[in-house]
Amino acid sequence: MLPPRRWRLAVEMTSAIAFDAVNLWFHAQDGSALQTLRDFNMQVGRGEFVALVGPTGCGKSTTLNLITGLLRPSSGSVRLFGETVTGIDPRVGFVFQADALFPWRNVIDNVVLGPMYRGAEKSAAYVQAQRWLEIVGLAKFARHYPHQLSGGMRKRVALAQTFINKPEILLMDEPFSALDVQTRGLMQDELLELWSSTGASVVFVTHDLEEAIALADRVYVLTAGPATVKSSYVIDLPRPRVTTEIRYDPRFIEISRQIWHDLRDEVQKSPVAMVAANV
Amino acid sequence: MLGLQVLILVGGLGGWEMLSRLEWLDPFFFSMPSMIAARLATWFFNGTAQGSIWFQIWVTVEEALAGFLAGASAGVVAGIVLGRNRLAADVLSVYILIANAIPRIVLAPIFVMSLGLGMASKIAVAFVMVFFVVFANAFQGVREADRNIVAHAQILGASPWQITRTVIIPSALSWIFASLHVSFGFAIVGAVVGELLGARYGIGQMIATAQGNFDAAGVFAGMIVLVAVALLADLTMTLIERRLARWRPPSAHEMQTQAGRS
Ligand SMILES: Nc1ncnc2c1ncn2[C@@H]1O[C@H](COP(=O)(O)OP(=O)(O)O)[C@@H](O)[C@H]1O
Ligand SMILES: [Mg+2]
Repeated sequence: MLPPRRWRLAVEMTSAIAFDAVNLWFHAQDGSALQTLRDFNMQVGRGEFVALVGPTGCGKSTTLNLITGLLRPSSGSVRLFGETVTGIDPRVGFVFQADALFPWRNVIDNVVLGPMYRGAEKSAAYVQAQRWLEIVGLAKFARHYPHQLSGGMRKRVALAQTFINKPEILLMDEPFSALDVQTRGLMQDELLELWSSTGASVVFVTHDLEEAIALADRVYVLTAGPATVKSSYVIDLPRPRVTTEIRYDPRFIEISRQIWHDLRDEVQKSPVAMVAANV
Repeated sequence: MLGLQVLILVGGLGGWEMLSRLEWLDPFFFSMPSMIAARLATWFFNGTAQGSIWFQIWVTVEEALAGFLAGASAGVVAGIVLGRNRLAADVLSVYILIANAIPRIVLAPIFVMSLGLGMASKIAVAFVMVFFVVFANAFQGVREADRNIVAHAQILGASPWQITRTVIIPSALSWIFASLHVSFGFAIVGAVVGELLGARYGIGQMIATAQGNFDAAGVFAGMIVLVAVALLADLTMTLIERRLARWRPPSAHEMQTQAGRS
């Protein structure tokens, strides 16, 4: 039996992000088409921290691009706060996997970009940027250029650059995957702290299952491409969490064992894994 | 290192001088270093037939500079506009290809005929020499702008014009600068070729006059002045470039040369 219509509407109204039966094909020059998302359904509640895990190349980045409006679904709908995505939404913030800082601008000139683009007054924007640099602990490095910073510091700049726009929806595409293990742990804790004071809804893409569990309220496991949601798990670990310690929590270990069973099948199916196995 | 370089120079000049004095090389056509040096001394201390040597140099530099500034600005603007505008680029690409295939220097006689012996014709030659090089580089630079950074700027809230200003232009700048560097040399070539074909003042005009008088020493002396001007221009460009590219990590090549020097 279907839930009553009114109730369904209410769920849609409250979710920050809703994927409804989304299919996506990429059309190549030679006329062939590649399906990347298949009947993809996902809901992200307001203030919820969701992690997407799945094998490399399954379609995780594509999912995020649908939320930013850089891509449109071939069929189905993607909605933010109930409205269909038609272009880049100013409520969305994005932290990229690769370094997307502007290399020709120093740290504070990078952080100030969002408010400047959005028409803020210059001196006010710089005051705001300075405050964000203090929050991420980089006030002393305002005049440094990105190439003069470590990988972790560059990520902090990227976080300040994104958070200064006060995004209601925060998308992160394997943001910490290039960092060493210690720095990654620190950045995860820093992210949770920043996030807890904003109430933003987060979609965090990663192929690191432990990272997903340590950070998220809910983990979606995607199938090998074309991606669809294979299963979703509620992570009932208490907050505030310290990601570097929570890994040793028995409940954490139990959850990760469960999810790993699911994920392993998909990773083995993915073409990348098959290539690796052939080598 | 420097010692060897000086040795080659001294050896080369000495050999030339000796061959000419022994008349193995005809000094009438090939002159000799001592005569060239004497000519340079005359120019700098007593002036040339057309007036002070500094004035001649200034005329050529002024023509090259004017052609360079106009050609480079036009090239940068055209490259960015076409680079950002798919339709315009597709429509005009055929003409760009044709224009690019013409050796620009053959346009010089047309400019000298139509614009006369004054500065305008030399500036025009320098302009076309510079324009296409800068245009092609600016266009390519725009196309090579990092898509990640463009997407990032869009999500941060940038309008198309803001993206052009804060992403496209800065990232095309290294391409543009590479082209400015070589094209200032082209501007000097353009100005001098224009002067060779017909002018009242300038280094090229001095060389042309010397050639008309079968004065080999004058031709060589003019060439030396020209080389000095070109080297100075190149050095100036390098200095400006360094200043503007502060944000960039030193390239592996630069680090090697620095390590080699220290
Ligand atoms: N612009 C595109 N054109 C064609 N195919 C694409 C494009 N972007 C991604 N793909 C393909 O879609 C699939 C999913 O890519 P992606 O979303 O980047 O995977 P993930 O982020 O999970 O590693 C891959 O097979 C990739 O080759
Ligand atoms: Mg990806």
